[in-house]
Amino acid sequence: MTSLAADKPVPRAARFNVGVALMFAVLALVPFAAAFGPESYVLGLVTRVMVFAIAALAVDFLCGFGGLVTFGHAAFVGLGAYTVAIAGAHGVTDMTVTLPLALIVSAAFAYVTGTICLRTNGVYFIMITLAFGQMAYFIAGSLAPYGGDDGITLPTRSTLFGLAVFGNDRALYYATLGFLVASYLLCRAVVYSRFGRVFRGARENPTRMATIGYDVFRYQRVGYVIAGSLGGLAGFLLANAAEFVSPAYMSWQRSGELIIMVLFGGLGTLYGAIVGAASYLLLEEGLAGLTENWKLIFGPLLVIIVLFARGGLVGLAASVRARFSRD
Amino acid sequence: MTEAVLLIENLRKSFGGLVVTDGVTLEIGPGELHAVIGPNGAGKTTLIHQVSGTLTPDDGRILLNGTDILPLPPYERAKLGLARSFQITSVLPRFSALENVALAVQARSGSSYSFLRPAAAEAALNDEAMAALAEVGLEHRADIVAAHLSHGEKRALELAIALALEPKLLLLDEPMAGTGPEESERIVTVLKKLKGRFAMLLVEHDMNAVFALADRISVLTYGRVLASGEPDAVRNDRAVTEAYLGEELE
Amino acid sequence: MSFTLLLIQTLNGLQFGVLLFLIAAGLTLVFGVMDFINLAHGVQYMLGAYLAVMFYAWTGSFVLALILALLAALAFGLLLEFTVFRQLYDRDHLEQVIATFGIIIFLNQGVKVVWGAAPLNLPIPDGLAGVVTLMPGLTYPVWRLVIIASGLIVALILYFLVSQTRVGMLVRAGATHARIVSALGVDIRRLFMIVFGFGTMLAAFAGVMIAPILSVEPGMGDSVLILAFVVIVIGGIGSMRGAFIAALLIGLVDTLGRSFMIDILRLVMPPSPARTVGPAIASMLIYVLMALVLYFRPAGLFPAKGRS
Repeated sequence: MTSLAADKPVPRAARFNVGVALMFAVLALVPFAAAFGPESYVLGLVTRVMVFAIAALAVDFLCGFGGLVTFGHAAFVGLGAYTVAIAGAHGVTDMTVTLPLALIVSAAFAYVTGTICLRTNGVYFIMITLAFGQMAYFIAGSLAPYGGDDGITLPTRSTLFGLAVFGNDRALYYATLGFLVASYLLCRAVVYSRFGRVFRGARENPTRMATIGYDVFRYQRVGYVIAGSLGGLAGFLLANAAEFVSPAYMSWQRSGELIIMVLFGGLGTLYGAIVGAASYLLLEEGLAGLTENWKLIFGPLLVIIVLFARGGLVGLAASVRARFSRD
Repeated sequence: MTEAVLLIENLRKSFGGLVVTDGVTLEIGPGELHAVIGPNGAGKTTLIHQVSGTLTPDDGRILLNGTDILPLPPYERAKLGLARSFQITSVLPRFSALENVALAVQARSGSSYSFLRPAAAEAALNDEAMAALAEVGLEHRADIVAAHLSHGEKRALELAIALALEPKLLLLDEPMAGTGPEESERIVTVLKKLKGRFAMLLVEHDMNAVFALADRISVLTYGRVLASGEPDAVRNDRAVTEAYLGEELE
Repeated sequence: MSFTLLLIQTLNGLQFGVLLFLIAAGLTLVFGVMDFINLAHGVQYMLGAYLAVMFYAWTGSFVLALILALLAALAFGLLLEFTVFRQLYDRDHLEQVIATFGIIIFLNQGVKVVWGAAPLNLPIPDGLAGVVTLMPGLTYPVWRLVIIASGLIVALILYFLVSQTRVGMLVRAGATHARIVSALGVDIRRLFMIVFGFGTMLAAFAGVMIAPILSVEPGMGDSVLILAFVVIVIGGIGSMRGAFIAALLIGLVDTLGRSFMIDILRLVMPPSPARTVGPAIASMLIYVLMALVLYFRPAGLFPAKGRS
């Protein structure tokens, strides 16, 4: 199975990370800075970054800690988003209903598909998660009453007890930031918990785990459900941010992008997923503003990053730091 | 018969035409250390695999404290008190020595479906893990990542993991394999200390270690038990000497 | 009437399956022998089609265009192998996925810049453009039969190469015991280059052959790539026989599913929901098939021995 930087030890416990705290502080200050510029553009962009950061966190949790490389995680994002859209089409917009529903739907999908996917491993696992992602994609495309291939516009952003709390972009921004911080802290706690210890151990040596007395499959399935629900949460937020939902959210390219974001930032670090989502989306946005043919630059850049920056941006930063501290 | 910790009856296993376990019957009493010896390819490791559940026999029975464990997957057998060390070292390379053992402690104490509390901060887990490490002489290496331990230390860590499970029966698959004379000595010392606490099934090539440790010895050739008995009896058994032991005991 | 339709769709399915085999063959070889996930395999199929269109415009001859396109695709493939892929063989699967994903992004945009975003066409060669009457009331395009025949011929050649030649022996051994092969003192680099170049040519060949009946456009390789992965996973990674059988299976199931799913559903539900649900079920049929195969045989239908 895939094992990047296999000799890197797993830290025993979470430590307070100044860099991460700083990152969240910067995110909290963005709206104030944005007020001096194209406010709604900046808020929209960074909200999207944070939404995908939540989805990337889920992928890092699976890949980086559980060794389960999923190539279909966009399906969970899509499920969460479609739950909001479909409920909205039936006049239900209150998040006290739609948010739990989005989480339950994606968790249930994770439970069922995980039961099947986790029988396989390695490349076969990658491909079977892709298969379920594609199934979800085609089902969404066939939902004629809800826009089919074209997608569907939300009647309104989610409300809370009837109040339009997501009414302005800034409120949605801070809500998304709150969910991101909570997701990050949750993932971090889970990784270091008793469960997380078993989950990480299953990645290292499933046979050994079984002879110690762990039913590896069940633990991995719980992990898969956690990651699936996080994907659903990202979907709930994405639907609100875009006020629009379409099958394109679930395409295999989207799932691939989530993996790339995680690797961009550095696998198995959690905050790397956030850094990765931000750098990926901002890079895309920046290059697109530069030239129409930005993909001619973006593509080779991915190749170069793989060839020359092992361990992602976080790894790169660490090796640079190590070089300086040695002098 | 019922008081046997492990009872293997008429076990058979073949791969295609190759019979690797040919009607093996074996009994281990409480606290007994039973060694299985035999030339390479005699089916010793295959036997361990069948007891631990990584291989399914074609026929026969395996009882652990009277319970038929054949239908059970490896993790259920482990829960019934079956621990195993591997021939090829199989610790979790990126976990520290302590965390490797703590994982075993955690397996038998309390639920592992706890999601928020940091496991590394649980004193109860760490204390028991530390005690197991101390028994094999690894307490000073607790925080070292397993991948960075020496080969002999990894073998000792395997033992500590098994100990932490507080097993009823410990399967030892060549615990001395690949270790130098000094390290072997250390493992023999540890095993001597543990003897009597639980039953052990030892597969080993190092005859000095086997005769120093075993209460009973079974000799396996071509998947069959050639002889079984106390060390002296086995040593003097003519069939055994001719078939196998002669040259190695010189 | 319905029987002739079934026959025609079966032939279409066969043609699609043969096409998938041409692409999957290279993919499973590269994957099986080198343990290398090459997402860029799909764009090599696209490139084959584009090159054929370009060379046809220059030479006016389909045969010349085919030959030149294959050679150019081979040269380009080897260039990629030499500059990028070679550094990726010992890397993690994930890193291979990203780097080759980057190449997809680049080439999809690249063909847009060079040849424009509008779909292009390649005419069917003279004399092969018509239809042939297979039986009374059943006509079928000649070119599709040519694709089926050429695909089957390639399959036979591959079978011969893999089972009878020294390189084939190494390839088979490499798919199961890569380390042993390299320990035997075989120049593994050269073996990889041969296998890779061959796989590239097969994908390009598929692209050239399909160009006359499909529009040549950016991104045409992406969906085919995923289907080819489905094929090799169902067949068992590294197994040529598995790829062949799975390709035909997928081609038939997909084509027949798309044409008959609504009719089948109408047997069990009213026409209106059948028309809505039918296409969705039809398009996910092959993924359901893959999930089912992997559920019962987690390493595919013909797992190459020695791999898990």
